[in-house]
Amino acid sequence: MTRNKPGSTGRLDKRTRAKRPAKTPKRKAEHTLRLNHLLGIETLSPSDIGAILDQAESFLEVLRRPIPVVPALRGRTIVNLFFEPSTRTATSFSLAATRLSAQCVNFSLSSSSVSKGETLLDTARNIEAMRIDGVVVRHSMPGAPHFLARRLKAFVVNAGDGCHEHPTQALLDAFTLRKRLGRLRGKKVLLVGDIAHSRVARSDILCFSKLGAKVAVCGPPTLIPPYIEELGCEVFYRLDKILYEVDVVNMLRVQNERMNSGFLPSVREYRKLYGLTRERLGALSKSVVILHPGPVNWGVEMDFEVAEFPQSLILNQVTNGVAVRMAVLYLLARERADGE
Amino acid sequence: MANKRVLLAGGRVIDPLAGKVRIWDVLIENGKIVKLGKGLKAKQAQRIDCRRKHIAPGFIDMHCHLREPGHEDAETIATGTKAALAGGFTRVCPMPNTDPPVDSEAQVRFQLCRAEEAGFARVHPIGCCTRARAGKELAEIGAMKKAGAVAVSDDGAWIADPRVMRRVLDYSKAFDIPVISHCELAGLDYGVANEGLVSTRLGLRAGPDVSEAAAAARDILLAEFVGARIHIAHVSCATTVDIIRWAKARGIQVTAEASPHHFTLTDEALAGFDTNYKVNPPLRTEKDRQAVIRGLADGTIDAIATDHAPHTKSEKEVEFDNAPPGMIGFETAFGLGYEQLVLTGDMRLPDYINRMTVAPARILGLPVPRIEPGANAELVILDLKAQWTYTPEQVMSRSHNSPFFGRQFQGRVVGGFLGGEQFWLLHPA
Repeated sequence: MTRNKPGSTGRLDKRTRAKRPAKTPKRKAEHTLRLNHLLGIETLSPSDIGAILDQAESFLEVLRRPIPVVPALRGRTIVNLFFEPSTRTATSFSLAATRLSAQCVNFSLSSSSVSKGETLLDTARNIEAMRIDGVVVRHSMPGAPHFLARRLKAFVVNAGDGCHEHPTQALLDAFTLRKRLGRLRGKKVLLVGDIAHSRVARSDILCFSKLGAKVAVCGPPTLIPPYIEELGCEVFYRLDKILYEVDVVNMLRVQNERMNSGFLPSVREYRKLYGLTRERLGALSKSVVILHPGPVNWGVEMDFEVAEFPQSLILNQVTNGVAVRMAVLYLLARERADGE
Repeated sequence: MANKRVLLAGGRVIDPLAGKVRIWDVLIENGKIVKLGKGLKAKQAQRIDCRRKHIAPGFIDMHCHLREPGHEDAETIATGTKAALAGGFTRVCPMPNTDPPVDSEAQVRFQLCRAEEAGFARVHPIGCCTRARAGKELAEIGAMKKAGAVAVSDDGAWIADPRVMRRVLDYSKAFDIPVISHCELAGLDYGVANEGLVSTRLGLRAGPDVSEAAAAARDILLAEFVGARIHIAHVSCATTVDIIRWAKARGIQVTAEASPHHFTLTDEALAGFDTNYKVNPPLRTEKDRQAVIRGLADGTIDAIATDHAPHTKSEKEVEFDNAPPGMIGFETAFGLGYEQLVLTGDMRLPDYINRMTVAPARILGLPVPRIEPGANAELVILDLKAQWTYTPEQVMSRSHNSPFFGRQFQGRVVGGFLGGEQFWLLHPA
């Protein structure tokens, strides 16, 4: 697969390919990803992120139509390759593919051959043999999407690899914030919770800081990985020291298994120290925006009252997720078609 | 090759013991070095032009994995010792983590027998410290030593129970055999990468360097207490180097080795999730890499050992977490060391060769290799100017798990002598 070469007519072709299904935003942005795969935020430039978010904007408009489907990827086949159970992300990607008129095949752990001892390499070879256009992969081990990307002609979207990255989540978070707050530049964003085991945290830190936001993370020291600040964030161990200074709070999910493996003494103490409790919510400025990647452990990382908080954007994230994933699939599929 | 006379003419002969390099001719007769000197004349001798070449004693690798018995799909004693010879190693010491583990006299004899049949590099087996490497009961160290084992180790596993380790150290005193410890503290977070910025960035399960340093500290203190010899395998981090330096200053009988990948690479190499960079102990930071080099330069780390660890393609072509640790190393060791230690100016050439020859021989109680009249002709011919690229086609090992393919090397082993036989590898002079 060849990439766009500067000076070739490829770029011009892209711009003049005006028959794009969705309405183009006014800026006539050049929605070009110079990427063959979306493996992480780390490899994206701020303008790549901008291109995806702009594209998502036009797809969000599609989603509001009475018949929210465009023929952009008609005839294309996307596989959802989920080696780890997931309902939301898998559904979101399936919907995104469907809304683009692509065929979407779900291949999940329970129905896969992994239990029969099939290796990731076998899986990759089989996908290759089935002539699939794109693969959306969720895996418990970091680097599994990179492994597939090296071996497949199809484009690969990382839908979460272990504790590494979850780029579409960060993109939809950024999209949600951009819609509510305008530009992210200079905004203070706080991530609270299990930073160490969170792929969302890593992708969010990279994404928000690339867009110019000031990022802070907060959690118990046992759940803060070493040198996380070098990814571009400040570290706090005490929530009350930073909570009331920020524009955005993203409350991460605390997995139950962390509670029982010695990282934390108890759920009760965690909620007290790091939870977005009713009391903290009451003291929070009404202009603060609250995010959560879902699913929420109500009563642990946040009290149920947060759902009614005017600036809780948790459900907006879900809607926007479909638009952002449409944008990712569309841009990668188009890039791939151009390269052929 | 009986009665054969060979004259190595005009080579630079490295004496790793005296730390000198001299331009000398070397006359070999019947597999023995008979004369050294300038302008030697020898009738009916095969003359090999060694001008612009170096001659050094054959290298000794005190830490490798030959996978036989048990994993002959990855390597056999025959293929492994052939690859060793290609890298200039005339003697290698396989670790006993085979299947079954080498924990008895019979197993030691089996490996020696296989090596003899193969006829490539000599093999000096390392036996287990404990039966089946289980870390519980003493293995028959005395019988293994008598059969030819040169050290004992439960490599790959640290002996977690301090009472067992104490007894291993105590017992081994009777045989003057070094106990080689693979230092990895049990119970501390186990990972597939060094815990630090890179593991945080990549989300990899990580183990801290404390795991190695703390385990080394315990074993060194136990060795001091019982008055035994301890050897720390594949030192990878700065703290361990400091602990060994401290222990040596205190007079503890401790020795140590480092592997080429630990003084060449850092954990930054993991960014692409290439499983060929997965090793145990893991690649660490630049600070650690520098500390290992300093340790080798000042003698804190005595020896260079490859930790040659062959794995099949199907074992390595998996998710990073699932891949077994290890990379092959015989054929790249000399070039990496020359590039990272000598060309950088950190070590003089004879001192570097010392770490590959004299140091491991002393630790293992093997005859100290020298190029002098009367000694066996066990030597390698080096071309330090040779520029070459490592490619999968030239690999002699049965496995190809190396991250160094495509890398440009300077300096290589071009040939040598062992047991009266002459082996030529790539560029017959």
